Amino acid sequence: MEFSELIRTGRAQAQLLRGPEAPPLRGTLCVTGHHLLLSPGPQSTPDLWLLLLRSVDSIEKRVAGDSGTIILRCKDLRVLQLEIEGVEATLDIARSIEALSSLESVITSFPFFYRPKGLRLGDAWHFLPPERYYKRVARETDAWRLSEVNEDFSLCPSYPRAVIVPRAVDDDALARSARFRQGGRFPVLSYHHAPSGTVLLRSSQPLTGPQKRRCAEDEELLRAVLAGARPGARGFILDTRSAQAAKQARMTGGGTEAKAAYPHWKRLHRPLERGRPLQESFVRLVEACGDPEQSMDRWLSRLEGCRWLAHVKEALSTACLVAQAMEREGACILVHGAEGTDSTLLVTSLAQLILDPMSRTMAGFQELIEREWIQAGHPFQLRCAHSAFSHARPKHEAPTFLLFLDCVWQLGRQFPLSLEFGEGLLLALFEHAYASPFGTFLCNSEKERCLCEVRTRTHSLWSGLNQPKEQRKLRNPLYVLNPLAIWPSVEPQSLRLWQGLFLRWTHPPEPAEVAWEKVWQIVTGREETEGSQPTASA
Amino acid sequence: MEHIRTTKVEQVKLLDRFSTSNKSLTGTLYLTATHLLFIDSHQKETWILHHHIASVEKLALTTSGCPLVIQCKNFRIVHFIVPRERDCHDIYNSLLQLSKQAKYEDLYAFSYNPKQNDSERLQGWQLIDLAEEYKRMGVPNSHWQLSDANREYKICETYPRELYVPQIASKPIIVGSSKFRSKGRFPVLSYYHQDKEAAICRCSQPLSGFSARCLEDEHLLQAISKANPVNRYMYVMDTRPKLNAMANRAAGKGYENEDNYSNIRFQFVGIENIHVMRSSLQKLLEVSGTKGLAVNDFYSGLESSGWLRHIKAVMDAAIFLAKAIMVENASVLVHCSDGWDRTSQVCSLGSLLLDSYYRTIKGFMVLIEKDWISFGHKFSERCGHLDGDPKEVSPVFTQFLECVWHLMEQFPQAFEFNEEFLLQIHEHIHSCQFGNFLGNCQREREELKLKEKTYSLWPFLLEDRKKYLNPLYSFKSQRFTVLEPNTVSFNFKFWRNMYHQFDRTLHPRQSVFNIIMNMNEQNKQLQKDIQDLESKIKQRKNKQTDGVLTKELLHSVCPESPTLKTSLCFKEQTLLPVNDALRTIEGSSPADNRYSEYAEEFSKPEPAVVSLEYGVARMTC
Repeated sequence: MEFSELIRTGRAQAQLLRGPEAPPLRGTLCVTGHHLLLSPGPQSTPDLWLLLLRSVDSIEKRVAGDSGTIILRCKDLRVLQLEIEGVEATLDIARSIEALSSLESVITSFPFFYRPKGLRLGDAWHFLPPERYYKRVARETDAWRLSEVNEDFSLCPSYPRAVIVPRAVDDDALARSARFRQGGRFPVLSYHHAPSGTVLLRSSQPLTGPQKRRCAEDEELLRAVLAGARPGARGFILDTRSAQAAKQARMTGGGTEAKAAYPHWKRLHRPLERGRPLQESFVRLVEACGDPEQSMDRWLSRLEGCRWLAHVKEALSTACLVAQAMEREGACILVHGAEGTDSTLLVTSLAQLILDPMSRTMAGFQELIEREWIQAGHPFQLRCAHSAFSHARPKHEAPTFLLFLDCVWQLGRQFPLSLEFGEGLLLALFEHAYASPFGTFLCNSEKERCLCEVRTRTHSLWSGLNQPKEQRKLRNPLYVLNPLAIWPSVEPQSLRLWQGLFLRWTHPPEPAEVAWEKVWQIVTGREETEGSQPTASA
Repeated sequence: MEHIRTTKVEQVKLLDRFSTSNKSLTGTLYLTATHLLFIDSHQKETWILHHHIASVEKLALTTSGCPLVIQCKNFRIVHFIVPRERDCHDIYNSLLQLSKQAKYEDLYAFSYNPKQNDSERLQGWQLIDLAEEYKRMGVPNSHWQLSDANREYKICETYPRELYVPQIASKPIIVGSSKFRSKGRFPVLSYYHQDKEAAICRCSQPLSGFSARCLEDEHLLQAISKANPVNRYMYVMDTRPKLNAMANRAAGKGYENEDNYSNIRFQFVGIENIHVMRSSLQKLLEVSGTKGLAVNDFYSGLESSGWLRHIKAVMDAAIFLAKAIMVENASVLVHCSDGWDRTSQVCSLGSLLLDSYYRTIKGFMVLIEKDWISFGHKFSERCGHLDGDPKEVSPVFTQFLECVWHLMEQFPQAFEFNEEFLLQIHEHIHSCQFGNFLGNCQREREELKLKEKTYSLWPFLLEDRKKYLNPLYSFKSQRFTVLEPNTVSFNFKFWRNMYHQFDRTLHPRQSVFNIIMNMNEQNKQLQKDIQDLESKIKQRKNKQTDGVLTKELLHSVCPESPTLKTSLCFKEQTLLPVNDALRTIEGSSPADNRYSEYAEEFSKPEPAVVSLEYGVARMTC
């Protein structure tokens, strides 16, 4: 397929309005295979404005007289307005953008063409999270092994090639357990908490069905987990659905672990919102944030009505519960919902941030996302196909990853010195998850990424982000290593709307940014004076 | 002391306010002449000043003892369980007596002794000099003069002795106008903007009824507009909702008729009255004090309390005022009913937007002295210092502080002081420990001889100046001369650090301000060290005595970290402790938070699903 078939018109004269703060830009508008370009001419600054077409979420066109207006709502929640000369040109450009921004093919997407200066293909793809993480676990305990039973993705298409499993369980047993779990997602290690010797596991729901089927190997696997932890260890199975929903799942072949079949494991239900209701919550919040004229009462009632902060609270307190059970009660935890690719990952990754100081570093957090989201099979392509502006009825879209980022932001607000990265990184991850020139968030699983040769044919986001020039935006200048667990307050009074994300474009927090710059100055000023001290005393 | 029957009760339990299980600390309760003191088993002290107590409640006897709930004006709520009912009853009765004094002379300020001699005390009172402040604004000048009409409080009891009025306003005009204004509060100068030559004036409502008019009052308003050489018309802002103002006409009061006054532009602003504000705060506190509060209930409660709507209304009024001066160059006359509540809010906030001096520590004190204390905001009645009419109590000044906090949130670099400064001032409007806020007007304060018998708060705050500095403050930045806040609804948030200042578990576990403050301190210290060392090196080089040099160097490289002096009489540091203690706080046990309480069920042998029902049920409904 040629992009040129989809481009109906090459260029037009246009004016771009980028919200109340930024000045309008006038120049020649151009549609290419992957971008929308506006060139105001060489003498103006910036001399080129560029928008990745993939980041357009919805497009609205109006024509009046001999000119037209296109409103582009982007996946990063920006709203752009283009005033274009000529009715035909407007309609053609709108159609071109519509067609090009909704292309589904992965291998024709921009990451496969993006070749930035200063980066080499293959850099930072050396991340092999399960393997790397296993090295860390192996230093702490020998109860676990790295299994390559999923080498060809035949056992579980959404798992990576290698997974960490109890040493006492062989690959055949894993295969049987996989057949007993939805999508083949048998219980694997997510995190080993060395101070207490407990572990965090994740899986999908067991396929007990209406007949209450059992699987000896699956039961054996969980028994082996407790045996490997410490004598007399207990376990909790945290189901992210309500008890009723879990029961209902039996009718469609799913279900949850029977008490009798798994002695020493207790089941807890903490229902977390997922899927369409979560997407709707996101859409309604963004709608509310787009109206600066509304009265105080209307705003508060919409903030309440969208329930977003309630979801943040539930996610955080569930993660805290898991972390607490591990650290304080010395219990092992298995988390799953239905498929085990959404709320499950939300809970396991947040629990690690709370407990593990390593995951709060720049490198550690990137590794956590790579390991607990990307490799763990969160279907990014399906979940992030559309953001909050799309008119299309959501099919598989859900802002689970955004909810995770929001929870991390709340943690960062309550522990402003304990995360090595700042809001900048979280914003960047949000943007790149929805539309990116990098390959990191492409596809739905490791299997798909292998088929598309993502690793060899695209650049990794991590190598893009870890360039020195990006650091000041992404890092937290106040970071000091905090070896303790961080227990956030989950009371509604302690949670705040993430203005930096949801109100980023409607309401630029300029003075706050200036203040942040000042913090940087103070911190770097301190380093300089500290640095100069030895020379003075030498 | 005659009210105190029991001075010490042991084995008292202090319940965790937000805990859904009955988590508690056990300790000893002491009752002194001025404070209630609880010392728990970890030797942590909780001091509660009797004057801070808003209400004491004895709940029905339980198996573990007799519950006593104390609500404080600084939003602390403590829930004790006293083992024996008789002790509880004694304490309850004592606190009822001690928290509601009938006479000013029984208030803490009259017995508080910070060990200063009389001249120090006097110096303290002279720290803020309003005549000096008017001079700073540029009055008296050719348009504005100091009037001696009220020198003996003859015209208006609730105004200060020294008032500034237009040069052309003669005494008969002033007297005539004051007779036409509620409580005699005629239009006077509150703030003079030197560059624009425009003024903020304040007064009370006119006694216009349906048709009455007063030529002197009309002349006075004309004199005010004439005192502005640039713009002939002036704004008259009635800060009340139109409906309230109209209702007042039936009582012979009301608002200015635009036809009778030349060159005025009349404007209603719509800030609600003290009764609405009181019940709004009450609703807010009810919501935020709920145990196990769900996010949605919090926001719907926040909405139905209307509190943030009222805050926004005050802010919008101040912005309107500032714009009239900055954009239109017009003078503004502000009034409400009596001109001491909403008028004080709007005038002071407007001046704060216009003049960066009021955003400094000293300037903010001056602003409070000028627009609140001297112009007769009835602190004693609004804060309920004495046992009086509960209908007179209202959080008007608290709202002003909250507006300032919202400005600080929007302009983190525009203020010399930090949030802690606002909280400390709020603490002391209720504490009755210093004389500044006692009484309802200057005349009353003079009669009470406060300057001889009590101390002023301001020098004590200045002494602790370091604690109240905003590390991000940038006074040079020109862009912050006039603040133009954005009042879209998104910008108004619940002020957790005020309304939950004593509920530590709700606060962030680490404070950016503290750390930056420390860094700034360290930077300065290090720079000083470098200078010291360099000069020493120079000195020593001449002498060539290396041995001593290294010893000296080692000594001065580790300067003692600056320690902040905290006196007991001040509120305990409720925000975050500085560096060392930080470690223990952030590693604080998850038991401080509510999610832990579901987890307590872990230890029970029964199936977890059953024991968790409570938690699950609440979350789904």
